Amino acid sequence: MMKTMNSLRPAWHKAGQLCLALCVSLGSSAAFAVNDLKGGPAVNQINLHPPVTQIAADQQWLHSFMLIICTVIFLGVFGVMFYSIFKHRKSKGAKSANFHESTTVEIIWTIVPFVIVIGMALPATKVVVAMKDTSAADLTIKATGYQWKWGYDYLKGEGEGLAFISTLDAAQREASDSGKPAPMDDYLLKVDNPLVVPVDKKIRIITTANDVIHAFMVPAFGIKQDAIPGFVRDTWFRATKTGDFYGQCAELCGKEHAYMPIHVKVLSAADYTAWTEAKKKELAAKADDPNKVWALPDLIARGEKVYSNCAACHQANGKGAGPIKALDGSPVVLDADHAKQINTVLNGIPPGMPSWKQLSDTDLAAVITYTKNAWSNKTGQLVQPKEVAALRK
Amino acid sequence: MSAVLDPHGHVAGDHAHGHDDHAHDHPHGWRRWMFATNHKDIGTLYLLFSFTMLMIGGVLALLIRAELFQPGLQIVNPQLFNQLTTMHGLIMVFGAIMPAFVGFANWMVPLQIGASDMAFARMNNFSFWLMIPAAIMLVASFFMPGGAPAAGWTLYAPLTLQMGPSMDAGIFAMHILGASSIMGSINIIVTILNMRAPGMTLMKMPMFCWTWLITAYLLIAVMPVLAGAITMTLTDRHFGTSFFNPAGGGDPIMYQHIFWFFGHPEVYIMILPAFGIISHVVPAFARKRLFGYTSMVYATASIAILSFIVWAHHMYATGMPVTGQLFFMYATMLISVPTGVKVFNWIATMWRGSMTFETPMLFAVGFIFVFTMGGFTGLILSMAPIDIQLQDTYYVVAHFHYVLVAGSLYAMFSGVYYWMPKWTGVMYSEARGKFHFWGSLITFNVTFFPMHFLGLAGMPRRYADYPMQFANFNEIATIGAFGFGLMQVYFFLFVVLPCMRGKGEPAPQRPWDGAEGLEWEVPSPAPFHTFENPPKLNAAATKIVG
Repeated sequence: MMKTMNSLRPAWHKAGQLCLALCVSLGSSAAFAVNDLKGGPAVNQINLHPPVTQIAADQQWLHSFMLIICTVIFLGVFGVMFYSIFKHRKSKGAKSANFHESTTVEIIWTIVPFVIVIGMALPATKVVVAMKDTSAADLTIKATGYQWKWGYDYLKGEGEGLAFISTLDAAQREASDSGKPAPMDDYLLKVDNPLVVPVDKKIRIITTANDVIHAFMVPAFGIKQDAIPGFVRDTWFRATKTGDFYGQCAELCGKEHAYMPIHVKVLSAADYTAWTEAKKKELAAKADDPNKVWALPDLIARGEKVYSNCAACHQANGKGAGPIKALDGSPVVLDADHAKQINTVLNGIPPGMPSWKQLSDTDLAAVITYTKNAWSNKTGQLVQPKEVAALRK
Repeated sequence: MSAVLDPHGHVAGDHAHGHDDHAHDHPHGWRRWMFATNHKDIGTLYLLFSFTMLMIGGVLALLIRAELFQPGLQIVNPQLFNQLTTMHGLIMVFGAIMPAFVGFANWMVPLQIGASDMAFARMNNFSFWLMIPAAIMLVASFFMPGGAPAAGWTLYAPLTLQMGPSMDAGIFAMHILGASSIMGSINIIVTILNMRAPGMTLMKMPMFCWTWLITAYLLIAVMPVLAGAITMTLTDRHFGTSFFNPAGGGDPIMYQHIFWFFGHPEVYIMILPAFGIISHVVPAFARKRLFGYTSMVYATASIAILSFIVWAHHMYATGMPVTGQLFFMYATMLISVPTGVKVFNWIATMWRGSMTFETPMLFAVGFIFVFTMGGFTGLILSMAPIDIQLQDTYYVVAHFHYVLVAGSLYAMFSGVYYWMPKWTGVMYSEARGKFHFWGSLITFNVTFFPMHFLGLAGMPRRYADYPMQFANFNEIATIGAFGFGLMQVYFFLFVVLPCMRGKGEPAPQRPWDGAEGLEWEVPSPAPFHTFENPPKLNAAATKIVG
């Protein structure tokens, strides 16, 4: 038996080399033209991200500390095992000893690991306490997980009142589907509206979600917090450097889970102030006059776009699916009393239908008008933004 | 394989053993398996079933790895990708690992304690055959409208509420598998507690029986918890309740607490019997008694008890209060102490032994070495601040494959090679066994070691596509995964199948000179009926006297 193994050895060696060469060649071809992304992953990165907050630095220290202790123990324990494996084998004439019990030894190797574990727990405790202290924030931002994008609302602090949605770059999503995305450094990490925050300020992120659980993660900041529908949780960071930092959704949230990145832009205090001014103006320009009286075709055209929010469940043809009700021919949609449908859309119907309060009065009026006139629902009814505003509590 | 496939082989064996079993003849042909009440036949059924599921789950894993070979979607769409990860997890946990250990228990528990069979022979049959419709329903869910469940094997609410009808099939299948597990556990507990041969006291009982006794209690404690969680999911889906549905005032995090109250002991359900197997193989090939038997028993029990108070370490990122995080962090770190004791005891058993390295021992040493790496990453993950970085990344994927594949699966390979001579009556080919071991060890590490790097760099798990900086390690992992898959096909075709066909050198009654225990007191292959009359045992309860 041993002979056949020995004769196999050179062949094995060859096979091993071949595998290695294959891996290297494949590896180098794929890495071609992709560079490290500053604030995001580096090519073939093998450790945590370079820390940009104190917490992330502490986490990295803890990880290195643990890695070193574990490696030392590992080498020690398996040094003994491999020594024994090479020394105490029958082929070397080893005769087996007869000992099989020692209470002293058992106590020692229970107590020693216990003490080591306590030594590990102490520095970790400090970091846990620091991580969970979300008090005295300079800026509070709500991050809402939607299937499959992030919504940011600036709740308190400079920039209060700003609110926008952050979605993955559509071209990158298409590139993913194509199966042959061209090399790019920020693949699946580029968004239309990054979250912008000031440097050296304590930012409290409140997370929640609209549909299922998502998770807000930015590795360089050392934060990861589940965003849970119906509940709010919080986390915080104080970035010590300006720049762009990237993360991704870290809780399985349905089919587009891999396509809802997080991009945080950290600006200097002055740049941040300038950004808030500009963003406010930009949003004001886009905002609709809630008192505007719309004509039917304009509102239907707008509603058709807003309907993409609804089509995920109710389908583009309005027929619904399974437990999801059809809108086409629905008595609520056809009803002349607009309040019925407005209330449904505003407040939702548990458990299936979520509330769509986060959409503007105009968007809601538009989408309701659209459904009242799409498919076979040719009611000709027109719902104005003011009606929605009146029912919004 | 006379004892397993040849219905007549047992007669000779029994005569050799001096028993007459003509009085209770058993059915032949397919009826032998359909109506099986013999623990050895049912053990064989369990093992073959779980290997089939291992192959199905493996194909799903390879589809996942193939998709992740390069950035971009080439093979599956993201929805199907989520179905693959979900079903890979469910099939491997509930279809492969758990039933395989029940198969080992069926074969070995009665042989090791000197019992004639399992306590409830017909219930034993029922608990096996229940799994077939459940497995079919689970696998067939791919062909239901909307495809298989895609909410992850953890089936977190409220994502489960968005799933199609296959979710209900999945829930039903899990209920049935749970019922089967509970029946199997009851059978094992009653067999161990009531049917030991005279003189086989609990503290003389083989470690494998001890670990399974404790595992069976864990199963009975937590399978109903899982059943509760998925039943609430079912009523949320169809009957208007809102246990976990936030839109109706439910709490999705409550689901996670209930699930992991099951899920964490489940982890130990999948590893404790593995510890038991290793505790037989290491002494056998070191030709030296197991070091610290008593402390091994206590360590196993401590692990089982601690496993009930650590569940929320899977949930650090949900946002627990400080005290909650600290409690679960401390409790989790504590588990490393009894686990460490086990590893130290195995190494002390090897120390100054007279070791040889046949395939069972290779897999046992491989188990200790690679499983411990998984143990260390577990310790690192137990620290809440580090876990915040690594939760739901590939680091976690690497960690649990190190403990479940290099842990549970390697221990089972070790057990198969160790007991195969007893099961089939022929020796496997040592060269092929060694090839299987080295091939598996290398490809396993090629597959899963790079995942640690991916996780540290922040690649989330359950992603169908990823930033291009992660491409190289994903390629390497995919190459390794295909190699690992091929090694297991090789194992079945070139190691197991020849043995089952009886091809190979006839196995002596005691193929391993250092092996102790009652299973080596019966001929190879083990006769169809063994220990029909309780044997008289020596003082250590390892040999039959008189």
